[in-house]
Amino acid sequence: MSKVVSSIKEVVQLAGLKDGMTVSFHHHLRNGDFVLNMVMEEIAQQGYKDINVNASSLFDVHVPILEHIKNGVVTGIAADYIAAGVGRAISQGIMEKPVQFRTHGGRPRDIVLGNTPIDVAFIAAPTADTMGNCSGKYGKSACGSLGYAFADAMFAKKVVVITDNLVPYPLQDFSISEDWVDYVVQVDAIGNPKGIVSGTTQITRDPVGLVMASHAAQVIANSGLLKDGFSFQTGAGGASLAAAKFLKDIMLERGIQGSFGLGGITGYMVDMLQAGCFRNLMDVQCFDLKAVESIRTDPRHQEISAMHYASPASRSAVVDSLDVVILGATEIDTDFNVNVHTDSNGYIMGGSGGHSDTAAGAKLSMIIAPMFRARLPIVTDHVTCISTPGKDIDVLVTQGGIAVNPKNVELTANLKAAGLPIVDIHELKEKTERITGTPAKLPKGDRVVAEVISRDGELLDRIYNVPQK
Amino acid sequence: MEIVKLATAGTMESSDAYVEIEPAASLDIQLESVVQEQFGDEICRVVREVLEEGGVSGANVRVVDRGALECVIRARVETAILRGKGDA
Repeated sequence: MSKVVSSIKEVVQLAGLKDGMTVSFHHHLRNGDFVLNMVMEEIAQQGYKDINVNASSLFDVHVPILEHIKNGVVTGIAADYIAAGVGRAISQGIMEKPVQFRTHGGRPRDIVLGNTPIDVAFIAAPTADTMGNCSGKYGKSACGSLGYAFADAMFAKKVVVITDNLVPYPLQDFSISEDWVDYVVQVDAIGNPKGIVSGTTQITRDPVGLVMASHAAQVIANSGLLKDGFSFQTGAGGASLAAAKFLKDIMLERGIQGSFGLGGITGYMVDMLQAGCFRNLMDVQCFDLKAVESIRTDPRHQEISAMHYASPASRSAVVDSLDVVILGATEIDTDFNVNVHTDSNGYIMGGSGGHSDTAAGAKLSMIIAPMFRARLPIVTDHVTCISTPGKDIDVLVTQGGIAVNPKNVELTANLKAAGLPIVDIHELKEKTERITGTPAKLPKGDRVVAEVISRDGELLDRIYNVPQK
Repeated sequence: MEIVKLATAGTMESSDAYVEIEPAASLDIQLESVVQEQFGDEICRVVREVLEEGGVSGANVRVVDRGALECVIRARVETAILRGKGDA
């Protein structure tokens, strides 16, 4: 028995692809990914139409998909995150059928429950053996964790592993095992290493960012959660990383040993592991080279699937055991609803990713954001799009004060007692607008271009087109 | 005193504005802004006000706004006017 197929062209036919079917992709190769474009180009070449693409995320490298949309090859898209390159065109109304946005937990939930069946899953694998055992930890295109690809591998009707490092059977320390895999294809390169993992993101040196980060660390330190067994997730933005750095100093000073760091893992989380701040890292995706190196060499650094990370359909997910998460926002309204899907002009430039999953799971979910960016206030009356509902957000940290969701009576008292600058979110909005002025309302489109589906499968909000002049 | 030469002030950095001013018979303001929808009219009003305060009745003014606060826009326009008059 051989699973090795000579080309993507051949495997598309062998997998039995037909018009109207759904193909899927995962995004661990991030902005260096070649696989989605290679496969879709082949599908277009062979004349298929009306294909649905279910991708855990789409990056700017995937802009060629716009041609396939224009040509009717791709007529449906589901994703957890869509970067500005593709997002802008979707907001301009390029697709007839609204894009379906899910979360990193909601996507595997709907795959597992059969709500979003996948006909053919394409797994970009930095190393694979001839029977399809594969891993992201090894090879020239190493990306670390393959967390988002597990649900696709386990539930798609056909599973194709595409690798640029085919090794003899059996591959030791595999992530996804051969029992799920139908075909293996070797190509020259599955991605550009420069776009797959970034160098180390620098901690912000911007004084405003440092003030926010310091406040964020103080909120955690005074939340009652920072004790032995503490668990933590943070994003890869400059201010979030600075908050992690301040938090690390506090943990070391107080001699606190946490249980785990979760996420999207960066080198800073690896530093915290190595410094003894955590016993383990739980890793659904690696952001930088240091994280990839760590997951390959340190048994305390554990790969997890997206189902295990965040799916509400799992018996339990790691987010359910999470104490604190630090998250970003493009807008937050006075009801604490957060937008991470659209930019200030209404164009799609992101998505929930794990935002709403971790916000729902964590005991303390914190938004860290400046009072305004390029004159636009962060706090609004109503967000353009609800990505994460306000009921799941506990605190907003800005340089102009810390706004606590009024439901958290005890936390408010604790933070006030600690002398932190607590401000009502309405006051924070007014204070900001005294500096920026009050922005005029944006014209709203009349056509739905995307649906935001909550992690539990409910319609959370709709994103409208941006009217073009 | 009127604008006698081409002058510029500011940068294209985020949260700054870049202002170009040159002699002309009448007043013409061109604005390009990342917050056009939210603050475009307001920015034009402020630029006009600063030109008036500087006694400029004829000039071609081009403002490329990268999300600057009003105080920044005022400062950049004022500086461009002074430079255009040969005072700075």
